[in-house]
Amino acid sequence: MTQFIPIPSGGRVQRADIPHLPFDSFRTQALEIVKNGGKVVHFFAYEDQGSMKLMAVLRTDRLLAAGCDAPDTYPCLTKACEPFHLFEREIAEQYGIRPEGHPWLKMVRYHENIRKKPDVFNNDYTHDIPGNYDYYQVKGDEIHEVAVGPVHAGVIEPGHFRFNCIGERVLHLEIQLGYQHRGVEALLQTAKPKQLPILAENIAGDTTIGHGLCMAQAVEALASVQVDAGAKIIRTIALELERLANHIGDLGALCMDVAFLAPANYFGRIRGDFLNLSLLLCGNRFGKGLVRPGGVRFSLDDDIRKTLDERIKELKPQVEHVLELIFSASTVRARFEGCGSVRAEDADHLGLVGPAGRASGLAYDARRCFATEHYPHLLIPENAKATGDVYARARVRYDEVHQSIEIIQFLIGKSVDTQPVEGGTQALQALAPSSFAVTLNEGWRGEVSHAVLTDDAGNILRYKVKDPSFHNWNGLAMALRDTGISDFPLNNKSFNLSYCGFDL
Amino acid sequence: MFESIVLWLGAILTAPFFSAVILKVKAFFGGKKGPPLLINYYTLIKLVKKGSVYSTSTTAVFKMGPVISCATALAALLFLPIAGHIPVISFNGDVILVLYLLGLGRFFTIAAAMDTASPFEGMGAAREAFFPIICEAAMFMILIYFYRMTGELSFAAYFSGTGTLALWQIAGPSLLFIVIAFFIILVTETSRVPVDDPATHLELTMIHEVMVLDHSGPDFALIELGAFCKLFFYAAILSGLILPFETGIPGTGMLLFIAGLLIVYLVVGIIESTIARYRMDKVPQFVLTSFALAFFATIITLELIQ
Repeated sequence: MTQFIPIPSGGRVQRADIPHLPFDSFRTQALEIVKNGGKVVHFFAYEDQGSMKLMAVLRTDRLLAAGCDAPDTYPCLTKACEPFHLFEREIAEQYGIRPEGHPWLKMVRYHENIRKKPDVFNNDYTHDIPGNYDYYQVKGDEIHEVAVGPVHAGVIEPGHFRFNCIGERVLHLEIQLGYQHRGVEALLQTAKPKQLPILAENIAGDTTIGHGLCMAQAVEALASVQVDAGAKIIRTIALELERLANHIGDLGALCMDVAFLAPANYFGRIRGDFLNLSLLLCGNRFGKGLVRPGGVRFSLDDDIRKTLDERIKELKPQVEHVLELIFSASTVRARFEGCGSVRAEDADHLGLVGPAGRASGLAYDARRCFATEHYPHLLIPENAKATGDVYARARVRYDEVHQSIEIIQFLIGKSVDTQPVEGGTQALQALAPSSFAVTLNEGWRGEVSHAVLTDDAGNILRYKVKDPSFHNWNGLAMALRDTGISDFPLNNKSFNLSYCGFDL
Repeated sequence: MFESIVLWLGAILTAPFFSAVILKVKAFFGGKKGPPLLINYYTLIKLVKKGSVYSTSTTAVFKMGPVISCATALAALLFLPIAGHIPVISFNGDVILVLYLLGLGRFFTIAAAMDTASPFEGMGAAREAFFPIICEAAMFMILIYFYRMTGELSFAAYFSGTGTLALWQIAGPSLLFIVIAFFIILVTETSRVPVDDPATHLELTMIHEVMVLDHSGPDFALIELGAFCKLFFYAAILSGLILPFETGIPGTGMLLFIAGLLIVYLVVGIIESTIARYRMDKVPQFVLTSFALAFFATIITLELIQ
């Protein structure tokens, strides 16, 4: 029988109400939940009054939470249950807590642990990444290794990719990130209240609204602030605009990667047109400065609504035309279909989220399963695909582009009334002491989630950020197995994961 | 002779211009204005003004690559009958020499790429070495075809005077196969879509571009010029094949030749704009099509000759 308690998404729980279990039963119960189809949303360590504690937030059809005291070493959970894999590595790196028997105990972001404990990975951090780590190697006469990055031939973020190939075929891909580690979680824990929104919006620039929303909802929950219905609608519009701009950019980039020129060019331009709609909303193309705890900083007056409506009416046929061009081209389908398949079973073990998960048949969508803002009033279809290949990942975006346009058109159809918040600081006067809040939102890449713990004085004790990329990078590595190395860029683009969102 | 040399120089000087036509076509399909038609000259001038950077781990082979690949492309043009004129050099069997001149250029490009010891360049070199093998087979099939039809082994015999026109009259349908087969060879040998993508920045997908990543400045200018000339060489042959009309009015031959060239470059541009690139493991099948077509054309002529 599980002692994990259900907690509300985007609501406040007293920390005293969260069961504090002995480690062994914590471990057994967490494993049982995840083995029975649960997923890990958060699993992190924190320091409270001089002692280390662990906290797990799991999701089935609801969120379940429990904590325990953190031992210095413990038998790892990963060996029995893969979805814990990266979380255990993260805990080991952040706090020097060793998961014994972990099958792949490798640093995540390459930094010293916070407690100055002996390093779990025997790394000397004065050296460059990867430090004391041997990449996986495949031996054999015709095996060759290709190293890509961290400096790439384009203005993109840094990451290192190590391919073990036989001829053109990839046997194994190992990804090393961490080059953008900025200490976001530590910053959020020490930041002044009015800095929080700015920091959250800049965790990953392309998920400004996603992370901003998670932060705002967490603070609202902890400060018991209610958001008016108008602000909820504006936030929903902003999140869907972000999804549209990025999905359209991705589909264009996928075409660019297979040298299918026209849609690449058109979608490059149309992506900009959708970013400009966010500009119209709040004066920033990425939606920075819009979402603040307590509401939004800009209301949506009828003039802007009318302009939005006109522009979307103009863009919609263009988008549909280009989508038609992409998905009716046989040469494009020949490239997308069967390329980089991730089986549903593997996707489930890796805990893939967002479009990548849906492409492999995992229908989970935080907008439907843990609806916040205006989503409870909207009908979000499942969008799950069966094949798990590049085509499926593109097709999920195809569906979502259509749906997002409809959602936005529907939402701007009615007049919106909200009281803009000024600077968004008043809501932060007092966070409830000794409380815990977890927020989930479906960003364009998938489930974005923030978890905030406060101490007995109402200060932030632990701020945990999780970008969907944290789940999905291993999906990319899995997709590349047995795929031609020349199809890597295409697969990479079909996932389009965040480096800075992962590196924090 | 003097006229031939002028035409040869003219071909080298105008080759970059024709390549820019492809860029214009692609820009048109993408709804853009595109770079100016003289862009390739600007690029060459810019590159020549720069210095070259050499990795300390490379040897003289690395420096020889660009020089030889450019030289062989220019030398190949010497054998090419331009607008039906006699080429600068011509003898029986020159076609085989030209094929292997271009092969020599490729060998040194590959050697220079391998010299850098970069895994990317090694991969590109492997691809560059693999696909032309099939091209070579197709090319020889085409030569067999021409030899059967004309009994000669020189470009001058095929493309100067009224040679080609006569060929169309004797064996039009089979020559159509040859045109298509040759176009596939052009696309493969000059690294165009759907075999390669000259515009990509993704090293892992490149064939030709990845091999020249480490070259810079004047060296890179030589490589670019060589590539323009190589494309011109193949396009000129195709132009001779598709517009072989001899009107007898002075100047029209040249006009027809240029029109033929423009058609070839336009078609390359249109293909590049309208279809996606093939998956790497499907490319050999595509290239093999050219061999099949040439083989089929030759089979047909067996009947014709009797």
